[in-house]
Amino acid sequence: MSAASAVDRFDVASLQQKFGDDILKVKVESDDVFVCVNRSQIAKVLEFLKTEPDLDYTYFVECLGADYSTWPHQRDLTERFEVIYNLYSVKHRTRLFVKVGADDGQKVPTAKNVFLGADYPEREIWDLFGVVFEGNEQTERFLLPEDWSGHPLRKEYPLGGEDVTFHEGAEGPAIEDLQQPHTGESFEGKTSSRDVSGR
Amino acid sequence: MSTTEFKAPSSATFERISENTMVVNMGPQHPSTHGVLRLIIELEGETIVQCKCVIGYLHTGMEKEAEYQTYHKCTVMTDRIDYLNANGNNLAHALAVEKLLGCEIPKRGQYLRVMLAELSRIASHCIWLGTHALDMGAMTPFFYIMQQREMVLDMFEIFSGVRMMPSWIVPGGLRGDMPEEFETRLRKFLIEFPKELQVVENMLVENPIWKERTQNVGVLSAQEALELGCSGPIARASGVAFDLRKSAPYSSYEDFDFDIPVGKVGDCYDRFLVRIAEMKESCKILQQAIDNLPSGPYNSEDRKATPPPKEEIDTSMESLIHHFKHYTEGFHPEVGEAYAGIEGSKGELGFYVISDGSNKPYRWHERPSSFMNLKSLEVLAIGKLLADVIAIIGSIDIVLGEIDR
Repeated sequence: MSAASAVDRFDVASLQQKFGDDILKVKVESDDVFVCVNRSQIAKVLEFLKTEPDLDYTYFVECLGADYSTWPHQRDLTERFEVIYNLYSVKHRTRLFVKVGADDGQKVPTAKNVFLGADYPEREIWDLFGVVFEGNEQTERFLLPEDWSGHPLRKEYPLGGEDVTFHEGAEGPAIEDLQQPHTGESFEGKTSSRDVSGR
Repeated sequence: MSTTEFKAPSSATFERISENTMVVNMGPQHPSTHGVLRLIIELEGETIVQCKCVIGYLHTGMEKEAEYQTYHKCTVMTDRIDYLNANGNNLAHALAVEKLLGCEIPKRGQYLRVMLAELSRIASHCIWLGTHALDMGAMTPFFYIMQQREMVLDMFEIFSGVRMMPSWIVPGGLRGDMPEEFETRLRKFLIEFPKELQVVENMLVENPIWKERTQNVGVLSAQEALELGCSGPIARASGVAFDLRKSAPYSSYEDFDFDIPVGKVGDCYDRFLVRIAEMKESCKILQQAIDNLPSGPYNSEDRKATPPPKEEIDTSMESLIHHFKHYTEGFHPEVGEAYAGIEGSKGELGFYVISDGSNKPYRWHERPSSFMNLKSLEVLAIGKLLADVIAIIGSIDIVLGEIDR
């Protein structure tokens, strides 16, 4: 209901008219409209969506990251990471998803200056994925502890536990007994002192 | 880990604006920060010039964990995200996964879901009202309203056996039907609760101290609220008539007759009034839901999404297979991505699920309402007094479980 109308109301058409080739792909999936945009244009696209009275996407719902490095199927974008902006028009009751792609080392222009609310999610994406936002570069951890290394939501980052101190005084990770049922369900059997806690 | 080397910050994580100021640290173990929120506040005299939220003390990596769990196991984690509005989280997650599965829930199931979600909203608002008043020095409302919350939690216990984390709304429907005792308790509650709420309301609405502390404190304009990503009661108090139950009805909300309370000023007092009015609207929805509750099945007919009824297992081979597959392997949604947003107690609460066709989500993300609402604190605190920050935190209604995840 919300989504089909975003196409019906020519929101996507006016975006294509304004930005031309920078609109890479338009996808409608289970009633949601996804517009893939050239990374360098994202701030301008968001600004246009927000200020154009016919579109009026004034409500910034959120943005989130996704790591597609182990994705086995067809993709919308070629880059490793995707940042998905979720916008809503309160006036027209339509929702629109705008996607950009970024590889390691590529910067996405920040949306903070268009929507102030983008500040926190962008920091979170940097913290958990390592995607850098140009204009909102961070030097400190946001959700993770200060001494954490790596970006845990990347696919190659193992799911591990914290090191524990055993009653003999030895310290180390709680290694799973591979003979037990449910082995690998939570720890994937990959726990070792170095790989585990990220510290 | 050798992914990306991270350089630890050399000094404190706070940059002063000017020299003749005092920096005050508040939290993470401060009762009025509602959990483990830490604020670093820069004061010039008694006026705040800068406020910074430091979060992450409760980060448990649920989004990573979810990528290793089947969809059913993910349901259990959703309760723990916003633990005051557990049924709302269950509902949002179930809707997102059902969107991927493409399965329809019968009307009875949808009504039961609405009832659980609205009761959760009442319980969550009760906590907010009690603690917000407690922060401002009004102790009595806390006792009255917590008693009512207990009644709601008792009803959850009758329904599911669990008080706070029912996990009762699952992809494909519900875990079980409504017990008979629940209906009698709910009807009793719907008579008593408005009276009890009125008692608390009388204590606060015209209370001069309460008004002094909350009126014209933390005024947020409609445009600012939307730009910051604020939703729910905060946006509505600022005059945005936006409620996903009306603008994009899910789970049969279009069947119910209720109003959206909207504020005028956008201050802490308006947010208080909006939430009080919302509780009354929730009661209206609950009354209609229990009166018009349809009979029939409450679960989806799709055997890939829901386990077959227990009695079928003895007679049907297919049912036995479905039952076994359901609990050992789970289901495999289509490849794709889906977002479902609901009106939670604190604002828009959504789940973004990306499926690669396996029985575990490829990416599982919650749109956290408290997290997005929190940014407004940094904006609202500037130019206010330290005591006002307490009022603003209370009126934003944050849950740190949802902020840190």
